[in-house]
Amino acid sequence: MESFVESVTESLWPRIEPLLRSVQKPARYIGGEQGAQTPVHAAGCVAWLLCYPDTYEVGLPNQGLQILYEILNERADALAERAYAPWVDMEAAMRGAGVPLFSVENHLAARTFDVLAFNLSAELVYTNVLNMIDLASLPVRAAARSAGDPVVVAGGHCAFNPEPLADFVDAFVIGDGEEVVGELNEVLALWRGTPRTATTRAGLLDSLARVPGVYVPSLYRPFYSGGRLVGVEAAAGAPARVEKRTVSDLAQWPYPRQQLVPLTEVVHDRLNVEVFRGCTRGCRFCQAGMITRPVRERPAAQVREMIDAGLARTGYEEVALTSLSTADFSGIEDLVGDVIGDPRHDGRVAVSLPSLRVDAFTVGTAAQIQRVRRTGLTFAPEGGTWRMRRVINKLISEEDLYSAVDAAFSQGWRRIKLYFLIGLPTERDEDVVGIAELGMRCAEIGRRTHRSATVVASVGGFVPKAHTPFQWAPQDSAPELLRKVALLREAARGARGLTIRWHDPEASVVEGIASRGDRRTGAVIERVWRAGGTFQEWSERFDLTLWEDALAREGLCLDDIVHRERDADECLPWGHISAGLHHDFLWEDWQQAKAGAALEDCRWTPCYDCGACTGLGLEHVVASAEPPGGGSQGTGQDLDRGGTVPVHLVTGVRR
Amino acid sequence: MSGAEQDGARCALPDGTAAPAPLRRLRVRYTKTGKIRFTSHRDVVRMWERALRRSGVPVAWSEGFSPRPLVSFGLALPTGCESLAEYVDIVLSRSGQSGGDAWLGETGEPGPQACAALGERLSALLPQGMDVQVVATLPEGSGSLQQEVSSCSWDLEVFGLAAEELKSRVERLLAAPVVLVQRERKGRIALDDLRPAVLALAVAPPPEGGPEDPSTGHRAWLRAEVATRPRGVRPRELLEAIGPGVSLSRARRVHQWIERDGARLEPLVGRGDAAIATHAGARAS
Repeated sequence: MESFVESVTESLWPRIEPLLRSVQKPARYIGGEQGAQTPVHAAGCVAWLLCYPDTYEVGLPNQGLQILYEILNERADALAERAYAPWVDMEAAMRGAGVPLFSVENHLAARTFDVLAFNLSAELVYTNVLNMIDLASLPVRAAARSAGDPVVVAGGHCAFNPEPLADFVDAFVIGDGEEVVGELNEVLALWRGTPRTATTRAGLLDSLARVPGVYVPSLYRPFYSGGRLVGVEAAAGAPARVEKRTVSDLAQWPYPRQQLVPLTEVVHDRLNVEVFRGCTRGCRFCQAGMITRPVRERPAAQVREMIDAGLARTGYEEVALTSLSTADFSGIEDLVGDVIGDPRHDGRVAVSLPSLRVDAFTVGTAAQIQRVRRTGLTFAPEGGTWRMRRVINKLISEEDLYSAVDAAFSQGWRRIKLYFLIGLPTERDEDVVGIAELGMRCAEIGRRTHRSATVVASVGGFVPKAHTPFQWAPQDSAPELLRKVALLREAARGARGLTIRWHDPEASVVEGIASRGDRRTGAVIERVWRAGGTFQEWSERFDLTLWEDALAREGLCLDDIVHRERDADECLPWGHISAGLHHDFLWEDWQQAKAGAALEDCRWTPCYDCGACTGLGLEHVVASAEPPGGGSQGTGQDLDRGGTVPVHLVTGVRR
Repeated sequence: MSGAEQDGARCALPDGTAAPAPLRRLRVRYTKTGKIRFTSHRDVVRMWERALRRSGVPVAWSEGFSPRPLVSFGLALPTGCESLAEYVDIVLSRSGQSGGDAWLGETGEPGPQACAALGERLSALLPQGMDVQVVATLPEGSGSLQQEVSSCSWDLEVFGLAAEELKSRVERLLAAPVVLVQRERKGRIALDDLRPAVLALAVAPPPEGGPEDPSTGHRAWLRAEVATRPRGVRPRELLEAIGPGVSLSRARRVHQWIERDGARLEPLVGRGDAAIATHAGARAS
């Protein structure tokens, strides 16, 4: 029995400082951001270390982490600091000097905290999660942790298939974190006030499992037969199915209020205001769109307040209105017009819409709002032919794509980017070649305005994700993806003004392991980590052979986890986790996909009973019952003629 | 100073229209000490741009395809180095000179009080470790920091060599006609002669309030003055020139110098707007 030890709170800064003389980008490790808190550690206050398993410049802007940071620090019985994955040079220096993982605020050792909470935004960072737990001087496996160790929790989109990390994480949070984080804190505060024994730790895990939306993997036992998962049994008291948490009213959570302004360069270095959560466009490959239903808009008045307060506080000159499809926000035109026309901003504040719908209307808006600084313009048709786009339910007609591209070039853009997926279900070679054809036509349209117009077609390998209609789909092998890339390059060879770029197909395969693997893939992740495979999402660090070796040693094969098509009655590793979507809805949508049948946005059409609203007793929260004007992604379009090439747009020279 | 800045003299353009009055400039001296020394020069530029936007100071912007605020820094401070003497010049926009802003006063020119108040405001808006010491308006026709600053002084905390050895190495360096150091330029290694740029170098007693670093043996301080042209000399290069066995633990720029009529001046001396704190104490990180 271990006695209750009050946390030692001594800054590691004097030991960290000498290490910073010889590492790249030392500002990653100093904290000091505007909006950062320096909480005082005290008895009765649960100390959270919010961990992002990637570099500082990638992790700092993460809005989910910042929201929880503020909510926790506002509570009297909680405090939160942050930690990011040290880059390999700093990790080596830390291990050499015996310096553990530390927070960037008070530079305290990770073990000083009661909870290590990881944000899981991408699968390729899983080995970094293990590395950070190890750097915190905790056993990486949850079962090996002792009574005095901090608790390791994780949340974020990837937690919807928690099994690959189930052996390393004490508890997962499924869904929106705003409400559940407070409930977790209450359970943790009770535990914190008791002596730390094996009994109280087990009791803590039991109590956590009773919080709705919390999954404690050690209370669930998977069964295998013939090398396949056949069932998962929950311990007494743990729910058979963990339902995701959903915040019904975004207006109650106007966070972050004090967005962190970093001292050094980070990605997305701008003010971010989330305008809605959820998406019902129904793109079948999109996990984010499926697991965040229903649509919940923030009231436009609150969005305006958050923009005004945020710009005044931070001094940023760019605000991003974030969501999965911002052009769908009710009254987006008025909102954007108000921000850029605000005399207080003197024409200096740019608005960016990170996800644009493909139509001339949104391009017009984009041109207007980016008159301050014309940044890149990216459209995502995703599929090269209309047939393919019906399969994936990304209902962009060629006519709309071409008029959007035409609008973009005639409004001054010289270069646009198109984003596509390859390796999609039912894909044929003609769909791949179609990407080149679309790209060439777009470049041709551009040349009518500028001689040097260019189109960059960026191609990623499709990875089927849990809780989507494609969760049963086979994923293409790396050689097959490479063959398709070659086919595409051949088709685009010599095309004026068209550049093809592609992501590493091998990285897509590894993402597939972590996306749909069951609990046995945890041992693979651990082997890759032990072999030094950190920062696998960085191309210079990615190494497929580490993964192949680890799979072989664990007796697992890629074909079974990644490339195989699943049956309707197969036990899926994430079957005991619920995003609210009915199995039958997803399966039916998968069958429709294979038949090339499309489905319209349910915000403005009758309900398809996917389960997200009905099961949760919620409704879409939208300010306008009218679908947005213009564009093929609205409703009521003729789905039979989307592949028609609008001849008048691509032939003849217009003056 | 010329009278032109006082009356905002306008000269006639060839087509007969009056040329607009030249834009007024502010010069600011500030420090960079403590943890924030690990940020880069680019980072500092962004911090200033954000602080100026929040301060409401009417900064002029460049014209053209991608307009930028007209804010210019002198010598870049290497990442990891501290400074008690950093400077930035800020061009004020016309709207800021029309008297519309209360802080400018009736004359449309920020007086000493307005400058002092602005300095305090900017210090509050800048991150911890960056403190504004002086703000002053620049006389019309003043050169830029890039043009005018010709040398700077450094305090360097070093370790690894016994005091006597360090002293004789320094003497040897000063006596040498040529001191070659390697530098990488566009991926190629080149040899540079550092000697002409070393204007002074001496082993010095530790400056008051200098931080203790118990992890280092044979701690000593060097005081150096180095030229900025034809190119700046970095503290690390100076250490390389002293030879193997000596390492840098802390570098602090303490002065920047302008040569004018044989006199050595600091970039804000001579206006009398405010006293310049040349010996501001080090701030613990």
